[in-house]
Amino acid sequence: MNKAIVLYMHVHQPYRIRHYTVFDTANNHDYFDASYDDSASNERILKKVAEKSYIPTNEKLLKLLNENHEFKLSLSITGTVLEQLEKWAPEALNSFKKLVETGRVEIVGETYHHTLAFFYSKNEFEIQVEMHRNKIYELFGQTPQVFRNTELAYNNDLAFWADQAGYKGILAEGWDPVLGWRSPNYVYRPAYTDNIRLLMKNYKLSDDIAFRFGDSNWAEYPLTADKFSHWLSEDENATNFNLFMDYETFGEHQWHESGIFGFLEHLPKEWLKTNGHSFMTVSEAIDNFEALDQIDVPQTVTWADTERDLSAWLGNSMQVNSIYSLYQLEDKILSSHDLALIDDWRRLQTSDHFYYMCTKYFNDGDIHAYFSPYETPYEAYLNFMNSYRDIVFRLSEKGIMI
Amino acid sequence: MKILMLGWELPPYNSGGLGIACYQLCKSLAQKDNIDIEFILPYQADHGVDFMKITAATPQDVKSFLLSGIAYDSSLFQSKDIKFNGLRLEDQQTLYEHAVAQLVENEEYDIVHAHDWLTFKAALKVKALKNWPIVLHVHSVESDRSGSKDGNPIVKEIESISLHMADRVIAVSEHTKQSIIEDYGVPADKIEVVYNSIDVSTLQPLDEDNAYKYLSAMKALGYRVVVNVGRLTIQKGLPHLLKSARKVIDKAPKTLFLIVGSGEQTYELITMAAELGIGQNVLFAEFQRGKNWRDAFAIGDLFVMPSISEPFGLTPLEAVSYGTPALVSKQSGISEVLRNCLKVDFWDIDEMANLIAGVMQNDSLRNELWQNSFRELNQLSWDQASEKVIDVYTKHVAGALT
Repeated sequence: MNKAIVLYMHVHQPYRIRHYTVFDTANNHDYFDASYDDSASNERILKKVAEKSYIPTNEKLLKLLNENHEFKLSLSITGTVLEQLEKWAPEALNSFKKLVETGRVEIVGETYHHTLAFFYSKNEFEIQVEMHRNKIYELFGQTPQVFRNTELAYNNDLAFWADQAGYKGILAEGWDPVLGWRSPNYVYRPAYTDNIRLLMKNYKLSDDIAFRFGDSNWAEYPLTADKFSHWLSEDENATNFNLFMDYETFGEHQWHESGIFGFLEHLPKEWLKTNGHSFMTVSEAIDNFEALDQIDVPQTVTWADTERDLSAWLGNSMQVNSIYSLYQLEDKILSSHDLALIDDWRRLQTSDHFYYMCTKYFNDGDIHAYFSPYETPYEAYLNFMNSYRDIVFRLSEKGIMI
Repeated sequence: MKILMLGWELPPYNSGGLGIACYQLCKSLAQKDNIDIEFILPYQADHGVDFMKITAATPQDVKSFLLSGIAYDSSLFQSKDIKFNGLRLEDQQTLYEHAVAQLVENEEYDIVHAHDWLTFKAALKVKALKNWPIVLHVHSVESDRSGSKDGNPIVKEIESISLHMADRVIAVSEHTKQSIIEDYGVPADKIEVVYNSIDVSTLQPLDEDNAYKYLSAMKALGYRVVVNVGRLTIQKGLPHLLKSARKVIDKAPKTLFLIVGSGEQTYELITMAAELGIGQNVLFAEFQRGKNWRDAFAIGDLFVMPSISEPFGLTPLEAVSYGTPALVSKQSGISEVLRNCLKVDFWDIDEMANLIAGVMQNDSLRNELWQNSFRELNQLSWDQASEKVIDVYTKHVAGALT
């Protein structure tokens, strides 16, 4: 039986906002330039992630690609991280290029600034997708055929849009309430579409690697490539195992000491031992396997938290107030024709800013806190709103009133 | 007359109006004939004061002393909930009490004059040891600080016993006198009202540039600014201001609100502004000193003090001195003193919004209000207050004993 591992990793870093007070507004426009020692320093964080994750992981991946001609994977890389790599870690950017040059790494399309624009402005969303497409072509010589929306935020409307836009595939969370009795390990067809196919993340297997791998309290600890391949083989009729995760899983969320790189190195060898087993990029899985059924997702599903909805970004009043305010400016901002201003406005759209304002589990100091450079979600909101007002001020200087 | 003053803070190390009132009153008293003051503070610091003798009850510096909390933290007094390994506020109170008793052992004073609840036990101790007459000066009672009649029962007990034991009680307003009568059943004829005042000459002048650049820029574009400066705590009634802000913005959208201060309500107020959908118009600056503090008053078109219960309320006078008229709650001492200001019940959100919007939309009303209040301000002095205090000393206390 033919079975493929579809490994897809997401690479992203936002432009974090520095501690930006009411005294900065209308005074300094450097929202994203925290000092190097600051917890919100983009340069420091990017260099750290490049060193701890991107460079060693790409080295391993390149070695795997060279040693195993059947090993393949897919990546999505946001425009915001690409810009930062160009500025602060060109060697890490080069290592991504080298992966792509093997011809067995597919790049997935998305919004340039890693935004939730789809839910606020179709026009802005399309511009950002186009920007990303151009950036990817410029750096990697590829044009994405498969689309993923920020945070894997997916619904029927998005699938319809991607179908119309000519994508052959789209990615989504394989969330049980959506799948029902069905398994994520097949290719599906989004409801109300003609040509496009849907790949759904197997979150149990993906999270075994991304979240549970280094957890010594986990019943399956330690997870070996051998054991993992065996689990996959047990699903007799499955065609594709969609392992979707943050790229930073390797070396950042799971530290080097956890043995994650050893796992990555051994997985292809173990998996490919059996006849009919393969690795496929997202496009290949779509080309090779027939759609089994149609999937109807009227409500938005994401890959975050136990709710798998947008509540991590839009669940409280601070998040709603700030994102709404920002998109309210769209027409005015675009009419300014001020490229620096437009760029700053887009950087503020990055979904991470709203994630930092999440209060869902604030008191438990959980995963949200782990990813936030701020002490509290309130500070994240105030920094954001003070930056927002600076944008308003810059508009007013151009004679554009809100 | 030798006066033993017992106080908890003096500027520049004050956490609020208490320290300023003590300082100004003593300064004015010291200019009178035959008044000799020794002021005992619970910490050691240089206050640059030459008109009276300042004695430190303990060798702690200000920074370590403030770790224990401030006089306004009465809700936390003897709370089992707070996890804190250092000296707690109740330890500081006990230390102070014993230190004062030792300091006066071989001294002679004519009057003991103690300011607010944290020093009251020390005053009682001195009375027990020496039987000198004690005057307790009430700058706030527990029901003010807690924003309700409940409050901390331990603090209420201290206030109740002390006020009943006192030879005379001074209240900073009729409002406070009524609270003392209602909360503790202290006979009305034992309580003298001595209003606080302001010494305009001690306020530092403004310089040309205002620190709030955004607000200056927006004002030039026709926006108007409402300011509040104070602790973000229940007593100050800020949720009422935010609720009326929503209504003001509906009527006068070009209105911005500047909230300067810190406190336990910070997160609640930030969230509330977002919930009301006015996060764009509400700026939060933390507790400020110096130029940023002065400029906050100056940038306003109207200063609003919506306190639920304000024994006196110095900030509206500071606002007037920096060029901004005031709207104060009727539940404040200042509303008894200042005639040329707007007054509203703190709970009357509609009327508060009506008055704010009225000033926002009418610069001539604003100017008229300010000019008249400024004239009034210049007639105020601490001299009247210190005359009254000396009157209490001589007529009621010293006189009664001889």
